[in-house]
Amino acid sequence: MILLDRVTKTYNKHLGPALDRVSVHVEPKEFVIVVGQSGAGKSTLLKLLTREERPTSGKIIVGGIDYDKLRDRDIPLLRRKIGTVFQDFKLLPNRTVFENVAFALEIVGVSTREINNTVPKVLDIVNLKDKGSRMPQELSGGERQRVAIARAIVRQPKILIADEPTGNLDPKHAWDVIKVLEKINKYGTTVLLTTHNQEIVNKLKRRVVTIQHGQIESDRANAQYNVK
Amino acid sequence: MNRKLTTFARIIRTGMVNFVRNLWLAIAAMAIMIVTLTIILFSMIANATFGHTVDQIASQIDVSVFLKDDVTDAQAQSFVAAIRKQPDVKKVEYLTKQQAQSQFINQNGGNQSLQSAVVETGNPIPATIHVYPRDLNQVKAISGFLTKSQYQQLQISGSPSYNGDRKKAIDNITHATNILRKVGVGAVLIFAIISVLIIFNTIQMAIFNRRDELQIMRLLGASTWFIRGPFVVESIIYGLLSAIASILLINALFVTASGSLQATSFGLLDISYSQSFFEGHYWLLLGLQLALGIFIGAASSVIATRRYLKFKTSKH
Repeated sequence: MILLDRVTKTYNKHLGPALDRVSVHVEPKEFVIVVGQSGAGKSTLLKLLTREERPTSGKIIVGGIDYDKLRDRDIPLLRRKIGTVFQDFKLLPNRTVFENVAFALEIVGVSTREINNTVPKVLDIVNLKDKGSRMPQELSGGERQRVAIARAIVRQPKILIADEPTGNLDPKHAWDVIKVLEKINKYGTTVLLTTHNQEIVNKLKRRVVTIQHGQIESDRANAQYNVK
Repeated sequence: MNRKLTTFARIIRTGMVNFVRNLWLAIAAMAIMIVTLTIILFSMIANATFGHTVDQIASQIDVSVFLKDDVTDAQAQSFVAAIRKQPDVKKVEYLTKQQAQSQFINQNGGNQSLQSAVVETGNPIPATIHVYPRDLNQVKAISGFLTKSQYQQLQISGSPSYNGDRKKAIDNITHATNILRKVGVGAVLIFAIISVLIIFNTIQMAIFNRRDELQIMRLLGASTWFIRGPFVVESIIYGLLSAIASILLINALFVTASGSLQATSFGLLDISYSQSFFEGHYWLLLGLQLALGIFIGAASSVIATRRYLKFKTSKH
């Protein structure tokens, strides 16, 4: 489902590579946690997958799409196949919760009737059923993150990428978010989650890819993570 | 097809909703657009008034032909007919000796001794042809025609009047009106260019304020026009409302100042013409303003959104 083959990303030649010959293969329906300290290269990895950045060298194939052959005008089509949850939520400030989630469907041309039918169901999954008419700034951090997750899953993507979705949340809300991700994974979505929250990693008992200084330090199933 | 229609309707609707939700930003942007569009409109009206005054002055200038006393009426008439055929000639007025005399007496109504002198000497005023050019710049060509030898021999010495001091005066007026017209058009153009730049800048700022929104939509996989469309719609609404507001503003100005405009005199400048020009070209001016407002709004928003919608092409 996701294949990175010796991917290197250098932002600045003097600083050395942010990612150095990283190879990862993720099977469909897998739940993979990418861990590592701040600056290890986790976010760069995800930005390469959403084509926010281009690799300096190496091959990336996601959902059968070879990024080397991807034309600029097809980038939106790629992004529509991937659900993305950002650490800083990235909600549209001038739109209600409902409209934020609906936006993901509007861009692919889903009918209004279908949107009115689907969005409340997804808001229910993230426990925000009665907050559809709120504006993002009226919500707590945890609620905003759940809106972002609702937006990412409403199109039922095959792949969900979540960049430190619990980074700004207290433990209780962090777990709410993780539970939603587990639920989606159970329905068949491949999930790629980055975090540096040791407790979450150890409770989830999933495949853990550890990145340090831009390189893969370990890649183990059912792994534990200890911050050194 | 249905999907495209849905998307198109959504773009329009989102643009209108955004307009309402960003009302304060919209009001600020429109205030600037209204001011600049009003300046353009004002300069167009001023230019028309100015041009009208110049035309008024120019239309009073003619070349006069004075005929010898022995020229027969038939000769005079065929000469007049020949002049009329000239393409540069707007109007020809023929006065017989008698008519020329009475005109002279009328024009010098206050001067009794001059009047009686004219009558007592047995009418020394020659039959006169007034030739009005279409354009002051063509006076020379007309004069050239009038001085052809077969016509020159019909005229007394000193005819036609386009010579000596009078020639100099006409040439000066022609030169001045040409410059004044150019200045008028130049002023309108300069105001228009400045206004376009100000409006462009205003819309660019409005979009700069919301660049995060653009980038978020991009990350979520929205197509270029799905992101840009609502901004263009919003800017078109700005242009539309600002154009109408600028016309209403000028209209209100004329309504309130109408009385004092009639009474005010700026020497030769015919100020009251500005109102009749505005009223006479109301729909044309409104159309121009609308076209300008909509075009600048749409073009600025397309250009301003471009930089936030670009994909990263660099590998570094």
